[in-house]
Amino acid sequence: MHELSVCQEMMKQVMQIAAEKNASSVDCVTVHLGPLSGIEAHLLKQAFPFAAAGTVAEQAELIIKELPVRVHCQQCGADTDARVNRLLCGECGDYHTQLISGDEMLLASLELSRKDQEASYV
Amino acid sequence: MCDTCGCNITDANQHLLKPGGKFYRTAEGHEAVTVLKGLLSENDHMAMHNRQHFDRHGVLAINLMSSPGSGKTALLEATLDAIDKGLRVAVIEGDLETENDAERIRKKGIPAIQISTGSACHLDAHMIHNALHELSLDDLDIVFIENVGNLVCPASFDLGQHLNVTLLSVTEGDDKPSKYPVMFRASDLMLLTKIDLLAVLDDFDLDHAEKNLRKLASTAPVIALSARQQTGMNGWLDWLQQQRSEQIERCRQGHTRKPVIQPDGQRLHAGMQAP
Repeated sequence: MHELSVCQEMMKQVMQIAAEKNASSVDCVTVHLGPLSGIEAHLLKQAFPFAAAGTVAEQAELIIKELPVRVHCQQCGADTDARVNRLLCGECGDYHTQLISGDEMLLASLELSRKDQEASYV
Repeated sequence: MCDTCGCNITDANQHLLKPGGKFYRTAEGHEAVTVLKGLLSENDHMAMHNRQHFDRHGVLAINLMSSPGSGKTALLEATLDAIDKGLRVAVIEGDLETENDAERIRKKGIPAIQISTGSACHLDAHMIHNALHELSLDDLDIVFIENVGNLVCPASFDLGQHLNVTLLSVTEGDDKPSKYPVMFRASDLMLLTKIDLLAVLDDFDLDHAEKNLRKLASTAPVIALSARQQTGMNGWLDWLQQQRSEQIERCRQGHTRKPVIQPDGQRLHAGMQAP
């Protein structure tokens, strides 16, 4: 599957940020995933140690926050929960909807350790 | 919230700042960094570069996706036979192994670049970038990218194309859009292929296939055709001409276009502005 490719792409960003922040290690990586991203959370978890091996994030914990599928109806204006293969308005049933949550694949935040001085909170 | 006054310390994360907490100040400082960028931003950056490259040369790029064996190469062969001969076309072929598909296209006198992905189940923007080095975009109007036959992974990678076309052959079942929503939601056009076989199949309903696509909140057009019998090809060729005209107009105005599905939820959660 493609989760390892995705994880390797993500690690490029993680390492870039760690280098910019002069981090000695990355302790935690938080990712936001929606079911319509096409990325499976458990496969991403499995891929992470392979992508992180030998990097400053080798010991990092990967936290995945899974977000719900929700749509905004362009006909009646309602925001409702939906399913991945049924993105119809939960109120009026129309298919002219816009996804407002559920396709995310975001690198949300990192927790870094720094060798140098005191901590800062970002 | 700011980074200096501590207003980002809430009830929920206060414990992290106490002794034993992750952010308790020690000689070895901790830092939490908010990123909120797409996991594939490296790929997306390259895809944007590819798209600019296409646009500079006024080329329309179309990504063909489907399961293996649904007739992508056969569709291209039939298209090359029937398309307005004034249109200059090239094809980028993605497969795990072999040059077979590229050779089928070259037999039509059309430039074809084969990308052998090895074990990779999808094309990515970097592979397309490398392939573009082998094509003279000045001499082209349309580039077809035939993605690896796979209804899962290719949907997650932007290549720099303007449009996604998803093929669904009638031997596969009309519920495919419900089974593979990520893929079919990304379609700018759904082609129902091999309809000459409908005569011997009693379990594929063209209307059901379209209804299942609509359930994904898709307004994409649906065209049914048979490349082998050359039936229904006019609808597809007209659509291509229409898209070609729109691309010329966009390039004239300095605009571009991304495939129909924008990552709306992702953009909202990342606090990004609509393009």
